[in-house]
Amino acid sequence: MVRSRDDIVRTIGKPLLADDERVKISCRNVNVYYGEKRAIREVSVDIAEQEVTAFIGPSGCGKSTFLRCINRMNDTIKSCRVEGEITLDREDIYDRNVDPVLLRARIGMVFQKPNPFPKSIFENVAYGPRIHGLARNKSELDEIVITSLEKAGLFSEVKDQLDHPGTGLSGGQQQRLCIARAISVQPEVILMDEPCSALDPIATAKIEELIDELRRNFTIIIVTHSMQQAARVSQRTAFFHLGNLVEVDDTNTIFVNPEHKLTQDYITGRYG
Amino acid sequence: MTVRSEELTNLNELLLKMAALVEAAIKSSVESLVARKANVAEKVIREDHQINAFDVAIDEECIRLLALKQPMGKDLRLITTAMKITTDLERIGDNAVNIAERAMELNLEPELKPYVDIPRMSRIVQGMVRDTIDAFVNEDVTLAKDVIMRDDSVDDLNETVWKDLMLIMTQDPSTTSRAVKITYVSKYLERIGDHATNIAETVVYMVEGKIIRHMLPDQF
Repeated sequence: MVRSRDDIVRTIGKPLLADDERVKISCRNVNVYYGEKRAIREVSVDIAEQEVTAFIGPSGCGKSTFLRCINRMNDTIKSCRVEGEITLDREDIYDRNVDPVLLRARIGMVFQKPNPFPKSIFENVAYGPRIHGLARNKSELDEIVITSLEKAGLFSEVKDQLDHPGTGLSGGQQQRLCIARAISVQPEVILMDEPCSALDPIATAKIEELIDELRRNFTIIIVTHSMQQAARVSQRTAFFHLGNLVEVDDTNTIFVNPEHKLTQDYITGRYG
Repeated sequence: MTVRSEELTNLNELLLKMAALVEAAIKSSVESLVARKANVAEKVIREDHQINAFDVAIDEECIRLLALKQPMGKDLRLITTAMKITTDLERIGDNAVNIAERAMELNLEPELKPYVDIPRMSRIVQGMVRDTIDAFVNEDVTLAKDVIMRDDSVDDLNETVWKDLMLIMTQDPSTTSRAVKITYVSKYLERIGDHATNIAETVVYMVEGKIIRHMLPDQF
């Protein structure tokens, strides 16, 4: 039988976690539409806490669209409609009582291109804690900024220039500044949308080391075009194709012994 | 994020533990023959699965590192070398089991003659296995090449054993069954020497990036 593009592939591998305790985010039958066009088809998957989940797949497969559903970034796109259920700690994030701004404090995001605010290094990190009222006084704010920069592996490089503009840093440093900014509001989850695609190999290696450190305290989802990066940094990998979630499993299984032919073809570079 | 040094240390430790088991298996198998101890032979056969388990574990760890860490340069050579070493060590373990099996059969019959050259071969190949793994861990090419040179003495002893037993068989055909089994044991020990030599050759590759297999010693 010839499958049409509209066929829905049933996700194989281990999309749902056997251990309920480990589930940080749970997605069930998620469909995303841009106007009439369906970009995500019936995706059900669990995201485990305190580990790195990588989303991989060819351009246009829906991995970034799906990532953006997880902190309601798609709300800002008028034609975009999300169906299905996504929960954070078992609470529906699309419930009408959920404030997207507060949700995004719990689920932070780091983008493809480093996008520091046109402010000082200090102010870039202090901005979030200040608007969310996380610091009672200046010394508490200082502490949050320093701790966040330390956790992002940037403090030692910028400690003498906290009043310099964030945009004056190198690309890799700017991205680590954005990570410091994301973690300054003490999120539980960090979404990363191709965080290294604008960086050179050395800066990429630093961010990858950082991601590995951060997973001790945060749940991380990373969208990446680099399969090698997914293999290096993640514990679980999800492969998307034409809006379908084809296969999810332990990263080792996906890269050594994937079950689906599409996954096999993609990771071996024969497709996509 | 490439292969971490603790991951390489862990790989070395797995190989060291496996090699220690293999070395003990050779020693015990020959002891079970020379001292006619069936229980020692049984233990070698019974515990071979531990060596096999290391073989699988090391292979899986190497595949994981290759797939997930994309090792380059010396790390790449080390991991591919480890995969070859584990195959040779596993085969040495099988050879020790074969010796133990022949020992159990020979122990049911009267002793043909006291063993002289077989224990000697056993000591040499145990030393070769130990040194070749030390050479791997310490990246010691000199020691690896020394192991390769020692293989000739094992081959010579194998030939001596074979000639001695041929003579005994010709003089008294009733000894044939026992004599043939002892030539097997000698051959197994000779094979162990070959596996140790293979390992030593891969150690040279790991350290120097130079393939010396199928070369004569003066070409190394």
